Amino acid sequence: MRHTISILVENKFGVLARVAGLFSGRGYNIESLTVAETHDPQISRMTIVTRGEDRVIEQINKQLNKLVDVIKVMDVTQDEHVERELVLVKINAEEKNREEILRMAEIFRGRVVDVSAKSYTVEITGSEEKIKGFLEMVRPLGIQEMSRTGKVAISRGAKMLAPKNR
Amino acid sequence: MKLSGSQIFVECLKAEGVDVIFGLPGGVVLPVYDVLYDSDIKHILVRHEQGAAHMADGYSRATGRCGVALVTSGPGATNTVTGIATAYMDSIPMVIFTGQVNSNLIGNDAFQEADIIGMTRPCTKHSYLVRDTRELAQTIKEAFYIAMTGKPGPVLVDLPRDVMVKEVEYIPAVKPSLRSYNPTVEGHMAQVKKAFEKIKEAKKPVLYVGGGMILANASAEMARFAMACKIPVTTTLMALGSFNSRHELALGMLGMHGTYAANMAMHEADLVVALGARFDDRVTGRLDAFAPNSEKIHVDIDPTSISKNVTADVPVVGDLLDVMKKFNSLLDGDKTDWDGNHREWLKTVGEWKSLYPLRYDKSPTGVIKPQYVVEELCRAAEGKDAIYTTEVGQAQMWAAQFINFDKPRTFLTSGGLGTMGYGLPAAIGAQAAYPDRLVVDVAGDGSIQMNIQELATAVQYGLNVKVAILNNGCLGMVRQWQELFYKRRYSFSDLASSNPDFVKLAEAYGAVGLRATKESEVKDVIKQAYATNKPVIMDFVVEREEKVFPMVPGGGTVKDIILM
Repeated sequence: MRHTISILVENKFGVLARVAGLFSGRGYNIESLTVAETHDPQISRMTIVTRGEDRVIEQINKQLNKLVDVIKVMDVTQDEHVERELVLVKINAEEKNREEILRMAEIFRGRVVDVSAKSYTVEITGSEEKIKGFLEMVRPLGIQEMSRTGKVAISRGAKMLAPKNR
Repeated sequence: MKLSGSQIFVECLKAEGVDVIFGLPGGVVLPVYDVLYDSDIKHILVRHEQGAAHMADGYSRATGRCGVALVTSGPGATNTVTGIATAYMDSIPMVIFTGQVNSNLIGNDAFQEADIIGMTRPCTKHSYLVRDTRELAQTIKEAFYIAMTGKPGPVLVDLPRDVMVKEVEYIPAVKPSLRSYNPTVEGHMAQVKKAFEKIKEAKKPVLYVGGGMILANASAEMARFAMACKIPVTTTLMALGSFNSRHELALGMLGMHGTYAANMAMHEADLVVALGARFDDRVTGRLDAFAPNSEKIHVDIDPTSISKNVTADVPVVGDLLDVMKKFNSLLDGDKTDWDGNHREWLKTVGEWKSLYPLRYDKSPTGVIKPQYVVEELCRAAEGKDAIYTTEVGQAQMWAAQFINFDKPRTFLTSGGLGTMGYGLPAAIGAQAAYPDRLVVDVAGDGSIQMNIQELATAVQYGLNVKVAILNNGCLGMVRQWQELFYKRRYSFSDLASSNPDFVKLAEAYGAVGLRATKESEVKDVIKQAYATNKPVIMDFVVEREEKVFPMVPGGGTVKDIILM
């Protein structure tokens, strides 16, 4: 089963390598990984999407917790949560396609962020299903290039991934 | 007061109570060595940096304190990697300081530059690159703290040259407080009680004790519990010494070369109480046939060890000293009829012990049997508070089988990584900690050559270790596998034709070399070696074809056990 794991880490030299190395060294797969600073500049937050049996996921959680620079780990899959991804897609924009691209962007609540004679670049944010849907619709028009962020996730409501107050 | 990074380094080691470090100087660490020259800290000059890492490791295993190694950048650092990985696999606390090129050169492929942090990331508990002299003291404090607490392990600190030269105001480090690192020390009492209830109900329980027991210094508490509850005890290779191997409840070592009784007891048990053990494949064999009829209680300080290979019915995360004390506290006022409950079980176990004890056949021709050498090494050491180290392979297994253990931290062996070349430097490290105790390295003729250069270190510092080579002229364990599983095709496992004369070799180093080629000479050689106030190499020319038994072939079950 697929799991989305959120991790708070110390924003220090080499932390990403430690986390990525843990996955590669122990043969766990990573479908996507995102990392950036949080509102506290000393803390970064990673979101990792991985796949595995319950036993493997349990090991991943424990192994992540064991890393000295990891502050907290949460498998958000188990709770109500929101997942979003951002994708930039550069689509063939020949004369006959332009209408269709704009219509699709509107339906999927995307935005055209760059225009050239031969391409429109559309920004889409949303769930995996939505992005998949959009890509299927524009694929026949010809996708020239694409860049995705990988998922970020956050729990709904009061549940929070935060360092313990000390 | 303004101090250089190198001076701060030495102040910090003193503050940690470090009395000896193992190392070898080189380009970028010369500023540190220049300060060490005037310091009270004893420095042992090794001949190869792998030796420094193993010595720090041996020192740590023998004392329970943190071992320390200091090496230069590049090849100095990379040479320590095997030693670090060895310590990591066996959870041995040590801090390795590596020199690094000047900060502004890092990443430029400078002379003797190596990304040692990157290379050792998978085999250290944690590592630091110090980027500012002002952070040095606190970093060193943290390094020792992380190495020694929780599940112990090696920590590497990389020291760029400029950081060690720069002078800053010295502010002593404060007690580390890391929000991201809080190992669970106290076992959950409700879980301990639940485990105790299972133990009370069990008819055929076994204590399966691992190296964690020794690391936690909890052997005495465990023995008290086992004896009070009349539960047989089997120890892993790493736990030898945690329970008196001559006690009636002792089953000896389990696993691939474990005793018949220990493996049978695990197989027939209805409750396995794993204490600081991790269900390693050399212990379990085929997992689905391992202890098939038992529930499992698993106590470990490392949550990742629990339910990794074998699902635990009652997991307890915590330090074993704390948990064993809690178990023992539950014995107060407890009315369980342990004798009655376990009478049948102990009878059965006793029968297994007497049916197939560890044994070997004496040679009719007087050729030396390696097991006999080990027995005599042990017999002659009675009352000498000896520490044994081993290399890896057949000699290691015979040492594990035929030495009588009654005290923790007296058997230092590379269990997890299985590092040939570990025994001699580890013995030197232990001897540096205890100059007056007898330290014996049980070696093979293959393994000993992997770090033989450290004999010079032993001679230089009067660390009078005794090396017993069980010389069978081959890579014995490899040969054994080739004989049993590869149709006697002895592919590249012969050494006899090119082995050095170990007696002359010892003499060349300024040590003493002794040799025995007949069984009748063994006792005299050992007696002489133990009485010699110098490092000694004993070359025992032993039966080439002798094999380590019992043996449960890799991936097999107790039903596949080869007894003789």
